[in-house]
Amino acid sequence: MQLDQLYQEIILDHYKHPHGRGLRDATDPVARVGEAHHVNPTCGDEITVRVTTDGKVFTDISYDGMGCSISQASASVLHELLRGRAADDAAVVHEAFVELMSGRGQVTPDEDVLGDGVAFAGVARYPARVKCALLSWMAFKDAATRAGVGVSPEVKA
Amino acid sequence: MTSIAIPSGMPQYDDVPRYDVARVRADFPILDREVNGHPLVYLDSANTSHKPRQVLDVLAEHYARHNANVSRSVHTLGTEATEAYEGARAKIAAFINAPSVDEVVFTKNSTEAINLVAYAFSNASLRPDADPRFRIGPGDEIVISEMEHHSNIVPWQLLAERTGATLRWFPVTDHGRLDESGLDDLVTERTKIVSLVHMSNILGTVNATSRITQRVREVGALLLLDCSQSVPHLPMDVVDYDADFIVFTGHKMCGPTGIGVLWGRGELLAAMPPVFGGGSMIETVTMARSTFAAPPARFEAGTPPIAEAVALGAAVDYLTSIGMPAIQWHEKELTAYALDALATVPGLRVFGPNVPVGRGGTISFALGDVHPHDVGQVLDSLGVQVRVGHHCAKPVCTRFGVPATTRASFYLYTTTEEIDALVAGLEQVRKVFD
Ligand SMILES: Cc1ncc(COP(=O)(O)O)c(C=O)c1O
Repeated sequence: MQLDQLYQEIILDHYKHPHGRGLRDATDPVARVGEAHHVNPTCGDEITVRVTTDGKVFTDISYDGMGCSISQASASVLHELLRGRAADDAAVVHEAFVELMSGRGQVTPDEDVLGDGVAFAGVARYPARVKCALLSWMAFKDAATRAGVGVSPEVKA
Repeated sequence: MTSIAIPSGMPQYDDVPRYDVARVRADFPILDREVNGHPLVYLDSANTSHKPRQVLDVLAEHYARHNANVSRSVHTLGTEATEAYEGARAKIAAFINAPSVDEVVFTKNSTEAINLVAYAFSNASLRPDADPRFRIGPGDEIVISEMEHHSNIVPWQLLAERTGATLRWFPVTDHGRLDESGLDDLVTERTKIVSLVHMSNILGTVNATSRITQRVREVGALLLLDCSQSVPHLPMDVVDYDADFIVFTGHKMCGPTGIGVLWGRGELLAAMPPVFGGGSMIETVTMARSTFAAPPARFEAGTPPIAEAVALGAAVDYLTSIGMPAIQWHEKELTAYALDALATVPGLRVFGPNVPVGRGGTISFALGDVHPHDVGQVLDSLGVQVRVGHHCAKPVCTRFGVPATTRASFYLYTTTEEIDALVAGLEQVRKVFD
């Protein structure tokens, strides 16, 4: 197994220079806010994801946590990809990322949908690390639900 | 090579028991394999140890030649299986210097052994006629420490919840030693049981128990030592340690998974109520009530892990043939070597004692702020198997302000070359994450 398939430059970059890190309060007083805290019990990684929405668009996605390069880089990519997106749109990206991570390395990612998220294709081949990559995405899903905006499509195509 | 003469009358270099590590390694088939294109460097024996051919053969041979249930048949196979199972009990009793074979109770692992004692306390607390040493309730206290494995925390938390007793604990010092300064306030007339790890699975600390034992005796409490990490690595003598119970687990001492031991003082086990009910643990059963067998059978309900027990007997034979003092010394030398070698790695911080005294061959550390998962992953790509995470001892991580650590742990087959491979691997980690 080649280590550089796992630790792609993009991942290390997001890890060393995370985007949008730090929990932020909503600037719009009528915005809906949802927050979720997830832990990976096997390694103690933790993340808190907070979403701010006007009911349609995720106006902000902020997060804080500690963990390995994969979990932290993945949160940074999540912020990059989903902030400013409409809920339906975000659901498509979310689903594509989860599918990629559950694909045991057999899924070819679509860069148009996943952007920097494609760098995580290699992670899917390391079952022990898939949870790390998904941590912030699962927390995001719960946070969005708490803000009243679901991101998991009711019926899977 | 220069050599310095040690004055006669002083301990000489060769006084120390030694063995040929290469020959020992040849007994372990798995040590031949490669991982990710590199020779296997297994530094995770605190998690589980490997098994020598001598143990694997006994396991296979038991099923191939002597398979039958124990203690319930007159036929030849049943007799052979029973003899092998009870023979293993005798070997284990001798290994820990138990005064009686009947003091060795087979369990699934250490976790089950600790739970067995904790549930015996609850069961006793429901019966007014039970031995008062096992009766526990509001106002009574259970004492553990901050350096316990979750297996020696959660069962006591649950017992405290069920009975209204209070759980208290020894803190840990900055050097990763047990802080005994509050001993007299912590262990008092209210204390029913002190349950303490003998060797920490995360810090490597080997706790000196004599002051605690003395205090436990003064206040009339009971003492359980979690020897999961010590019995595999150093000579154990339950009489000398003067504990009331010890627990250990077969898979960490060259034995198979699925078998562990609760040792208890005979008189105490005899006073302890049963926990699991079923076949083999009874004296007589009527539809209305049952009476129970004497220990150890009282605590071994149902068909036990027979082949696993027999193989654990073989593991004990194997360890004895090499010699526990020699194994202990080998690991002491490795630990000294490793602590020195790790001290050369920039940014590396050891959690736990940083001298090879009062500690075993299990070393937890942080490498700068690289997350242990990432350390472990890069090391794995080089064939080096370490454990990363909280090691089922989250309170220790919290104590040292980290979510996880990287841990290298040694055993009788570990070599200094493997420690060199670890250090070289850590250099690689620094390259990837700097
Ligand atoms: C100190 C200590 N106690 C208890 C245990 C539990 O052992 P087992 O999982 O075999 O029950 C372990 C092993 O992980 C340990 O290191």
